[in-house]
Amino acid sequence: MTSDQNKDVQNLDDIREVVENIGSTRADLIPVLQAITNKFGYISQSAIKELSGLMGLPTKEIFSVATFYRMLSTQPRGKHVIQFCESAPCHVVGGREVFLALQEALNLEPGQTSPDNKWTLLTTSCLGVCGVGPVILIDTDMYGNVTPEQVKIILSRYD
Amino acid sequence: MSVRSMILVSNDPESRMRGSEKMFSEFQQQLSQYNLADEVSLTLATDLGSSYASPLVIIYPEAVIYGPVTPADVPHIVEEHLYKGRIVDEKRAPAHELSGKVAWLSARKGTLPAENRVVLKNVGLIDPEDIEDYIANDGYQALGMALEMSPDEVIDLIKASGLQGRGGAGFPAGLKWGFVRSTNSDKKYVICNADESEPGTFKDRVVLEGDPHAILEAMLISAYAVGADEGYIYIRGEYQLAIERMETAIKQAEQYGFLGENIFGSGLNFKVHVHAGAGAYICGEETALIESIEGRRGEPRNRPPYPTTYGLWGKPTLINNVETFANIPPIIRNGADWYRSLGTPSSPGTKVYTILGNVNVTGLIEVPMGITLREVISIYAKGMKTGTFKMAQTGGSSGSIIPASLQDAPMDFESFKKAGVSLGSGALLICNDEVCIVDLAKVLINFFKVESCGKCTPCRIGTKRAYDLLDGIAKGKGTLEDLDELQQLSQELTDLSNCGLGQTAGTPIKDMLTYFRAEVEAHIRLGVCPVGVCPMQA
Repeated sequence: MTSDQNKDVQNLDDIREVVENIGSTRADLIPVLQAITNKFGYISQSAIKELSGLMGLPTKEIFSVATFYRMLSTQPRGKHVIQFCESAPCHVVGGREVFLALQEALNLEPGQTSPDNKWTLLTTSCLGVCGVGPVILIDTDMYGNVTPEQVKIILSRYD
Repeated sequence: MSVRSMILVSNDPESRMRGSEKMFSEFQQQLSQYNLADEVSLTLATDLGSSYASPLVIIYPEAVIYGPVTPADVPHIVEEHLYKGRIVDEKRAPAHELSGKVAWLSARKGTLPAENRVVLKNVGLIDPEDIEDYIANDGYQALGMALEMSPDEVIDLIKASGLQGRGGAGFPAGLKWGFVRSTNSDKKYVICNADESEPGTFKDRVVLEGDPHAILEAMLISAYAVGADEGYIYIRGEYQLAIERMETAIKQAEQYGFLGENIFGSGLNFKVHVHAGAGAYICGEETALIESIEGRRGEPRNRPPYPTTYGLWGKPTLINNVETFANIPPIIRNGADWYRSLGTPSSPGTKVYTILGNVNVTGLIEVPMGITLREVISIYAKGMKTGTFKMAQTGGSSGSIIPASLQDAPMDFESFKKAGVSLGSGALLICNDEVCIVDLAKVLINFFKVESCGKCTPCRIGTKRAYDLLDGIAKGKGTLEDLDELQQLSQELTDLSNCGLGQTAGTPIKDMLTYFRAEVEAHIRLGVCPVGVCPMQA
C-alpha cells in the first residue's frame, strides 16, 4: 500500500491500463477508482482528469463518486493506514480505551497522517468481525480482542 | 483405502488472523509423516461458529473439538488422536466457550440444546471452494425441482412458506417475487444484497464464505420464477474472502452448466456478476445499492417506483438479502409445511443471530423464530461475563434497544412490533450494567451521522444535531430542554427522512428516552454519569 506521496502526477499510462483492463462504461467507474486507490494509495487530480477523458465523464462527476465511498481516497495517505472500528459492538467491549491508547501512541486525530508519512489514522464503521472486538485493521491485517496494552506492540511490527 | 477420520480446520478471517493456515499445513505435514494422508481427510472449513476458541479443529467421527490450536499443538494431536486413537483432553475447547455450529455439533452428543440449522446447514461442514461437496449435500437439487414446476408454482410455494425478508424489514418474500413476475419487460434482474454493514452483524458473511453455492442456487430459482436472466451479487468491499469464494463458486457453476445458457435443458439462461462495494453503509439500502452498481454515488432514490418495477437500469429487479436467499433451496426441497413447522405462526423459519457484547460466548447461532432474549443469554451466550444484564441492542444500529424488562418477549417480527421494538438484522449486542445509555446512544447516532449519504436534510442535519446534543449531555452540559429536542428530532427523522437509514436513526434516542429516561436525567439534574463512563466536566 505504499505510494509516492510527494507527486500529484500518478503515472497516466497505469491509469489507462486500469481502464483498459476493467472497462470504460459508467458501471466500471467504481471498480476503476477502487483499483487506482489500491495501486497508488489515492486518486490524484491528474488521475481524475485522465479518467474524465477516458470514460467520457465530467471531472466533477468522478470527484463526487470518489469522495463518496470510504474505501476510495482522493488524499494521499501514510505508508500504513490504521482503521479503528468505532461501532457499538467494539465500543462496549473496551474499544474506547483502545482508541485512546492508539491516539496517544500515534499522537494523531482521526483522519490525520503523521508528519513522517508513516501512519494514517482513520475511524471506520463495523468491519464485520464483531465476535472478537475491539478490532483494528492495519493495511490488510486484522487485529481482534485488542487491549490498550497491546497497541504499542502491534504498532512496533510495522516499519 | 477408505477414509476413517475427517479433520475440519476453521478458516474464517478470525481464525486466519490467529494462524489457522499455518496450522493447516502443519497437519498436512504430520499426516504424511505418519503415513495417514490416505485414511484421514483434511479440510479447511469456514467459520465453525465460535469466536472464542478459534482456530478450531474438529475431528470426526468422534466430533471432538479442539481449540484454540497452534501449529505447535499439531504433532501431539496427530500422534495421540489419529495415530494412537486417544483424545487429547487438555487441548479440547472448553464447552462453555463454544457456540454456533460447534454447540450444535456437541448437541448431537447430548450436551447442549440443539440449534436448528437451515440457513447454515452446510456452513463449516463442506468445502466452500468445491462445488462437488455442495452437490453431494443436496446441492442444486432444489434447482432441478423448481425447474419442473411452473414459475407461478414456485412463487406460490414461497408465498405458502411464509418466508419474510431477513434483511431487517421482514417483507414477505413470495409477494415481492410475485411483483417482479407480474411486470412486463424483456429484461429483468435479480440482485443479492450482500452489503452487510449493520454494526454487529456478520451472518451473511458466514453464509457467503461457507456456502456460496446455496446463494447461486437460490438466485437461479428466483430468476426462473420472476423471469430474469442476469444477476448481481453486491458484496461489501471489506469482505475480501467472501468475494473470492463467490467468484470461485461462479466459475465452478459455469463449468458444471448451472450458470449459462439453457440450464438443464430448460431454456433458462442466467449469468451472475459479483460487484464489490467500496465502503458505504447506505448501499445496503436497495435503491442506493442499484445506484452504486450503475457507477454512481450510493444515494437512495425516491420511491415509488419501487425496484420491483423500476430497478437496475430502469428494469424490474428482485432484490433479496443473503439470508433470505439461503432459505430458498431448503424450502423448495422440503416444502412449505415443513418450513412453517419451524418458528412461530406469524414468523416461520429460523433466524441467524450474532451474539456480541459482555457475555461469555460470542458467535453465531441459528435458532427458530420466537426464542427469547433470556434464552439466548442463558443458553447460547452462557451468561454474562461481568455484571448483570441491562439491555440488548438488536439488528445493528437501526435495531432497537431492548431493556431487561422485555427479555421474555418472543423474538419474532410480530411480537417485537407489538412491544414497540424491532428485530433488525440479527445482531444481539448484549450490554451489562457498566454500559451507559447516553454513551451507547451517542455511539449509535455517531454511526448514522458518519454514514448518512447527505442527500436529504432531515437525516444529514438531524443526525448531526442529535449527536451534538448527546455529546453535550455526556459532558455534563445538557439541559432538560435538550431531551425535548431529542424527542422531537427522533420523530422528525422517522417522519421526514427519505430512506430507511434516516427513518431508523431516531430509534436509539426514542428507546433511550422511553426505557432509560431516569439515567439520562441523572446526567442533567445531578451532573453525574451513574455508570461512570461519560466524561462529565460540569
